[in-house]
Amino acid sequence: MSSGAAPRSRFDWRGFVVPVLLVITAQVAAVVTHLQSDSLAAPSEILVAGIEALMDGTVLRATRDTLIMALSGLAIGVAVGLFLGLLLGLSRIADRLMEFSIEAFRPIPSVALIPVAMLVYGFGYRMEISIVAFATAWPMLLFTRSAVGSIEPRLVEVSRALGFGVLARVWKIILPAALPRIFVAFRLAVGIALIVAVTVEIAANPYGLGYTMMVAQQSLRPGLMFAILIWIGLIGWFLNALMIWAQHRLFGPAAMTAVQL
Amino acid sequence: MNKVEQTSKPRRAVREELIAFRNVNLDLGGRKILQDIDLAVGKGEFLCIVGPSGCGKTSMLRLIAGLFHVSKGEVLYRGKPVTKPRQDIAIVFQDYGKALLPWRTAAGNISLALEATDAPKAQREMRIAELLDKIGLTDHADKFPGQLSGGMQQRLQMARCLAQEPAVLLMDEPFGALDALTRQALQDEVLSIVAGSGTTVVFVTHDLEEAIYLGDRVIGLCPNPGRISAAFEVDLARPRDQLTTPEQPEFLRLRRELFDFIKEVETHEVLA
Repeated sequence: MSSGAAPRSRFDWRGFVVPVLLVITAQVAAVVTHLQSDSLAAPSEILVAGIEALMDGTVLRATRDTLIMALSGLAIGVAVGLFLGLLLGLSRIADRLMEFSIEAFRPIPSVALIPVAMLVYGFGYRMEISIVAFATAWPMLLFTRSAVGSIEPRLVEVSRALGFGVLARVWKIILPAALPRIFVAFRLAVGIALIVAVTVEIAANPYGLGYTMMVAQQSLRPGLMFAILIWIGLIGWFLNALMIWAQHRLFGPAAMTAVQL
Repeated sequence: MNKVEQTSKPRRAVREELIAFRNVNLDLGGRKILQDIDLAVGKGEFLCIVGPSGCGKTSMLRLIAGLFHVSKGEVLYRGKPVTKPRQDIAIVFQDYGKALLPWRTAAGNISLALEATDAPKAQREMRIAELLDKIGLTDHADKFPGQLSGGMQQRLQMARCLAQEPAVLLMDEPFGALDALTRQALQDEVLSIVAGSGTTVVFVTHDLEEAIYLGDRVIGLCPNPGRISAAFEVDLARPRDQLTTPEQPEFLRLRRELFDFIKEVETHEVLA
C-alpha cells in the first residue's frame, strides 16, 4: 500500500533480441533473394525512404496534420465524455433518461460515421476531428460514470456531513477519488484517437499520415509505406510512454494502486 | 420481555435538552428499522447506545447527523427538527480507512473540515497544527492515511471532526476495529477532550464495558425493529480510570445488568 513501486525503468536488452533478429533476417532474405517487389521492401530501403521523407518534410507535415486532428478530437471527446460521465454518475435521473440512448448509439463503429461526417463537413480537419471526438467520448463517458458511481459511499457521507454543496463535493471528493480510473480511460482514449485519425485518413480524408501512406501504397513505393507505418507506431509508442509517465507523476505513491492497467 | 421492561429506572440528572427523538419511526427499503423511539439527550451528556447488531444503533446516529430522514415522528436538535447535516454536529465513522481521503495527507484531511467552514484561509494552518498536536499526530502531518496505523487513522478522523468545533460528537463504534491497548488510550482521549469542552457525545458500541466506562447513561436497543428497551444511569465518578473504575462495585453491578439485558434480548430473538 505505502510503497510507491518504481516504474520498470531499467533498460533490459533482452527485449530487443527478437525485433533485431527479425530485421536482420528480413534484410538477409531480401539480399539473398534479390527482392524486387511492389508490396515488400528490405529494411534498408525502408530506412532510406523514411529518412528521405523526413528530410523533405512530407512526413512532418503529415504528422502535424494527424496530431492536430487526433488531439483536437481527443480534447473535445474527453471534455464531452467527462462531463456526461460525471452527470450520469451523479444523477440517477439523468442516468435513467440517457441509458437507452447511450446503449443505442454506443455500438455504432466510429468509422461508420465517415460518410455522415463527410456530408456535413466535407474533406478536412473538422470531419476527422468530429469522428475522433465521437470515438473518444465513449470510453471517457463510461469509465467516468462507473468511477463516480463506485466511489466509496462513506466518502460521500463524509462530504455530506461536512455540509459541502454539489460543486465542492465534486471538486474535493468525487473527482479526486475517481481520477485514477478516469485517467485510465484517458489513456485508452489517447490510443483510440490515433487509431481513428489514421483510419479516417486511410479511408477518406486526404490529409495526414494515413493518407500519405495510402499514396505511397498506390504509387507502388512499399519502402515509404512501411516507413510511415513504423513512424505511426513510434508516435503511438511515444504517446503511451508519455501517458505512463504522467500517470506516475500525477498519482505517485498515494493512489497508484487503483490505476494498474 | 417483562423482565427487560423492569430494568432500572433512570434517575435523570437535570440537563438542558439538546437532542430529542419524538416517537421516531424509520423505514429503509421497506424494512422497519426503528420503532417508536423516544429519547432526550442532555447538553454535555455522554450517552452510549448498545444492542445486538441490526438493532438500529447506527441509524439513530445517522438521524441525528441529518444523513437519514425519519419516516414518522421527529428528531429535534435545539428544539428544531433536523433536516440536513450541520457544522456543529460531527460524526466519527467506524471504518476510518474509508472515511479518510487517501489522496490527502493527515494535515490535508483535517483541512477538509475547515474548508467546509467560512474560517479564513490564514487561520487554517494554525488550526491544523493545533488539532494535530491535540491528538498527537504532529510528527505525521505529511503522511497519507495509508501510511498510518489504524489507531492513528482513527485519531485523524477524530481530529477532522474536532475541526468542526462540534457541539455534538456522534461516534459509531469508533474503536471496534482497534486492539485493546489502542482502544483504551483512545477512550481516555475522548473522555479528556469531552471533559474540557462540554461536548455532547452519542456513542454507539457493542462493547458493554466500554459503554459503562465512557457513559453518563447507557441505553439498550433490541432489534427487529429497533426499540429502546432499557436505560441505565452510570453513577461513576469522573475522571474515570482504566484500572480502578472497572473494579468499583457500581461498575460491576451495571456490567451484570447490561449482560443480563443483552442475553435477554438474544434469547428472546432466538425464541421469536
